[in-house]
Amino acid sequence: MLAKQLTVFIENRTGRLCEVLNVLKQNNVNILSLSLADTTEYGLLRLIVDQPALGKEKLSENGFSSLLSEVSIIKIPHKAGSLQELLKAIEEGGVNIEYMYGLSIEGEEAYVVLKASDAEKIETIFSAYEITTVTDEHLRGLN
Amino acid sequence: MIWNETKECMSRDEMSNLQSARLVKLVDYVYHNVEFYRKKMQAVDLMPGDIKNIEDISKLPFTTKDDLRDNYPFGLFAVPNSEIVRIHASSGTTGKATVVGYTRHDLDIWAECVARCLTMANVGKDDIIQIAYGYGLFTGGLGAHNGAEKIGATVVPMSTGNSKKLTTMMIDFGATAIACTPSYLLHISEVLAEEKLLDQIKLKSAICGAEPWTEKMRHEIETRLNIKAYDIYGLSEVMGPGVACDCEYHRGLHVCEDHFYPEILNSATLTAVAPGETGELAFTTLTKEGIPLIRYRTKDLTSIDYEPCECGRTSARISRFKGRVDDMLIIRGVNVFPSQIEAALIEVEEVTPHYMMVVDRVNNLDTLEVQVELDQKYYTDEIRTLQALTKKIAHVIQQALGINAQIKIVEPQTLVRSEGKAVHVIDKRKLY
Repeated sequence: MLAKQLTVFIENRTGRLCEVLNVLKQNNVNILSLSLADTTEYGLLRLIVDQPALGKEKLSENGFSSLLSEVSIIKIPHKAGSLQELLKAIEEGGVNIEYMYGLSIEGEEAYVVLKASDAEKIETIFSAYEITTVTDEHLRGLN
Repeated sequence: MIWNETKECMSRDEMSNLQSARLVKLVDYVYHNVEFYRKKMQAVDLMPGDIKNIEDISKLPFTTKDDLRDNYPFGLFAVPNSEIVRIHASSGTTGKATVVGYTRHDLDIWAECVARCLTMANVGKDDIIQIAYGYGLFTGGLGAHNGAEKIGATVVPMSTGNSKKLTTMMIDFGATAIACTPSYLLHISEVLAEEKLLDQIKLKSAICGAEPWTEKMRHEIETRLNIKAYDIYGLSEVMGPGVACDCEYHRGLHVCEDHFYPEILNSATLTAVAPGETGELAFTTLTKEGIPLIRYRTKDLTSIDYEPCECGRTSARISRFKGRVDDMLIIRGVNVFPSQIEAALIEVEEVTPHYMMVVDRVNNLDTLEVQVELDQKYYTDEIRTLQALTKKIAHVIQQALGINAQIKIVEPQTLVRSEGKAVHVIDKRKLY
């Protein structure tokens, strides 16, 4: 099961991130999780939001290059070692992780967002190890 | 010291007579040997006999870099390949190079001109000179090399690219002269200063060219290295380095006028401007056999002075360059036209056709940054993809222009859109 992620290309300039967030705020798009990958010249802001399509549309209207792509959101127990166990399973399955970041946690459960080098293969790993993935809609419900 | 007193110090009348005789011969030569010139002259109803002296030069049509490109590669050569002994090439305005060919006699004349320049720069047979211009298709290396051999100096053909080896040999060999671009020499001076080797060099003269530079840079080079620095000028189409050079008085560059006839033109009307007034420099190669050029427009802006110089030479002097008529840039000694970048970027489908070149000088070395926008189809959520793309673009530009560029991906719609003539260059260097 894959979830939608909104990615925004941002030049490393003062205030630029704030402007992106402002567009989302104006349109009432709520951020559930984010990660910012940066280089010296630019950054990629990756977001899990409650309304990805609307977010993309509004960002484009405001001159930002944004992209909707698919990532896996995995539900894991909120306890020590569970992330390591997840990665061990993925590693054994021979899949690389392009990037990964955490998601808000409350109570018994935690979530991680990851993009795998092989989207099909990772699905088979998830079923084999009975790993639970959720969609962004599911998260919206939790929110 | 003056290398060729007869030619460099002749009276203005004698020079004019010599130029007249050579021009008459040249026009007859190109009319009968180069179809391009014959047609151009016929188009304006001109016969070789109509050119009787140097003043008649204004009747002749101009030649441009585009003419060289249109007749690529050998269309403007006046002799068969059996007579050509060397080819050089520089970048054209678009993909194709500008190609020039030299006969053995041309190479002799070239060496003679460089010999005059080196002598002007106080370099002689007792000197050890490092030639740190690129050797290859670029005229700098081999051109300076042949002239330095002609005066009997000990020539060290360093070429470019290895500052460490250059400074080591400069000290170990006791080099007394160097020929390279002025920005590279400033860089070398920094390397020497960092390694605390400045007191070990025996350098006395530097012959700098292949890019525009300022009096301020000359002063900096001279103070840092405790040497004298001289300005040498040339362009491959006309010959290469050695077309003109400045003497110890630095009152403009003495043109080897018996071989290259200079005209300064009003860019709009293309008629001669008065001495001292700024205009576009054009050259007629009075003695060249391989690829003679008639009124070749250099696009360089300068002024001319015919008064005798304190050094004793009577040859006309052109001032330091004041700019370009076109948008050509010289980056690390390489001629770069924005149109070349544009042509190169078309090959890269991931980016839009909009671009901006930012040229700067960091630690005395030219830097080129090319800003591009990503095409919407190629937006990505992976840094790796973007990094692979910048590498790919840098490679394409390296292949097309021969220089390394830093590629910067910018946000969409941030680069200037063409409105008539779009500005594609930000040059932060102060060269003129």
